[in-house]
Amino acid sequence: MVKEITINPVTRIEGHAKVTIFLDDDGSVKDARFQINFFRGFEKFCEGRPYYEMPSITSRACGICPVSHLIASAKACDALVSVTIPEAAVRLRRLMHMGQIIQSHTLSFFYLSFPDLLFGMDADIEKRNIFGLIESDPEIAKNGIKLRKFGQEIIERLAGKRIHSSDWIVPGGVRWPLTKEKGERIAADLPEAKNITISTLEKFRNMLQRFDEEIEHLGNFPSNYMGLITPDGELEHYDGLLKIIDYQGEVIADSLDPTKYKEFIAEAVEPWSYMKFPYYKPLGYPGGSYRVGPLARLNIAKRCGTPLADEEIKEFRKFGKNGIVESSFLYHYARLIEILFCLERAEEILSEPETYADRVWAKAEVSRSEGIGVAEAPRGTLIHHYKVDENGLITWVNLIIATGHNNVAFNRAVTEVAKKYVNAKKLTEGMLNRVEAVIRAYDPCLSCASHSFGSRGIDFELYDADGRLIDRNSR
Amino acid sequence: MNKVRVATIWLSGCSGCHMSFLDQDEFLMELAKLVQFVYSPLIDVKEFPENVDITIVEGAVGNEEQLELIEVARKRTKQLIALGDCAVHGNVTSLRNALREGDQAVLKRAYLELADTTPQIPSEVTPLLKKAHPLHEIVEVDHFIPGCPPPASLITYVLTELLAGRKPEMEGKAKFG
Ligand code: SF4
Repeated sequence: MVKEITINPVTRIEGHAKVTIFLDDDGSVKDARFQINFFRGFEKFCEGRPYYEMPSITSRACGICPVSHLIASAKACDALVSVTIPEAAVRLRRLMHMGQIIQSHTLSFFYLSFPDLLFGMDADIEKRNIFGLIESDPEIAKNGIKLRKFGQEIIERLAGKRIHSSDWIVPGGVRWPLTKEKGERIAADLPEAKNITISTLEKFRNMLQRFDEEIEHLGNFPSNYMGLITPDGELEHYDGLLKIIDYQGEVIADSLDPTKYKEFIAEAVEPWSYMKFPYYKPLGYPGGSYRVGPLARLNIAKRCGTPLADEEIKEFRKFGKNGIVESSFLYHYARLIEILFCLERAEEILSEPETYADRVWAKAEVSRSEGIGVAEAPRGTLIHHYKVDENGLITWVNLIIATGHNNVAFNRAVTEVAKKYVNAKKLTEGMLNRVEAVIRAYDPCLSCASHSFGSRGIDFELYDADGRLIDRNSR
Repeated sequence: MNKVRVATIWLSGCSGCHMSFLDQDEFLMELAKLVQFVYSPLIDVKEFPENVDITIVEGAVGNEEQLELIEVARKRTKQLIALGDCAVHGNVTSLRNALREGDQAVLKRAYLELADTTPQIPSEVTPLLKKAHPLHEIVEVDHFIPGCPPPASLITYVLTELLAGRKPEMEGKAKFG
């Protein structure tokens, strides 16, 4: 008889996953696994489609970060048609991506994780969600809604639609420019978004004093970190060079050209998950695994590059050793800092006349057989790699998805948390919620990760060494 | 007043339909007064409950667990809504249906051909169905809201009508894509 606890599905994350916790004879936790149970198969069914359909099809991998897919895909297509896209198009794609990072990070923070922070990990499950938040703290809930809406409206004002706005980002640039009038409307809403972010950061910083234990024990472990940065070493989400550091901040690799990813990133498969396990080739699997996303990006960057975010990152670094922050719980903090950064950058972009130039689309035909596009999605580095035939029809696709890079880290984090909290004969709601909370901290986008979704709720059971059911709990 | 019991389900979709649901923005606060969410990825209930008034479903039916879940949900729900093109007609999720050996073809590509280390088709996971099915092929559907995703305003319209006890009139209001 297997002695295991299953949490299925993990809730309040973007997508469905399950966690299986394996127990020793004495009821202590031996190991834990974070599993993805579904798969859709974009890499295969895109074959035969014209290359210019790819942004629109692949963005359907994910409704939470479709803009990151649009961008990685369009960049791969820019390479296929061998064009340097107009400067204004780069700015507008960047601006749209910032809108999406703002909305996605807000969703993760306010809608999914904040209820745990406000009500506590052991709170009543009826309360521990966005609707509970609306009821007991409508002010905070409203702030979350407004901030997310601001991000989505940037996208809508640029492209005409909030989700899957794939008519606008095209190979060679974007389809139409931003009018001064629409730019001004975004700019007019910016100060409120900024105020909400600043006051949330303040509130979060004050709350942190109550979370010493979570900072210490919710997935606090040394690892490598990977992300894109600008040539000056600043925070970057659209373009840039890959950098990998170790847990002490020592550089493992720097200034890597992300379009050469095949030379240094490889992927492993485990029989128990549809999500693959990428790693840095020279260090092997699983030793070459690394973390990505907001925490990794802030660990790698010298600074953010905007005034307010640069002040805040100094506070953030105080939580780390040598400035390297290891606690998964502090992904939340990193996320808020990135929202602030995106708001500041968006403000800059909107105030510069170059943004409103008319030329935004370089039209060209396919002239290369292979194209690779890379971007920093909200959750980390996203890679699209296409091959086409002489007619521009897709013959081969590889996608390495942001959340996938964190796969090894998820497993470490859930194991660590389970070992700390699930060592008991009696299961409680709060114990298991902590395991889920550490997953939430990473904000996995499982929709993307397995290019997929799905799995179904069952209860969890605890067996003793003889296979007797000793506890059962369902919700 | 008893609140209307509402569930939302993610099957094989991209979550864009759920995002569009959240794009109702401030209306969510109104909604929270009228309905109780009894099952959803946004809340911590793990088992689909009994006596649900309205269930909103995103995504096509793509694996065995989803098949079971949608059947249970149908039995326990008064009005079932297919939200978005994946649920309504399969959309991107069903692109694999056109491939010979559809499910095997996508698995082979991803886990045998595109893996560098230990290539293998994951075996300790829920098997995919041979094809991805739109909801109506599996269960009876009461309302269809097409769109990829359907606009938030349309979701608000349908919910408002249903909460008022009326039948939503979709003609001319919805489109695919
Ligand atoms: S209909 Fe479109 S938005 Fe909805 S789940 Fe399917 S792909 Fe995503």
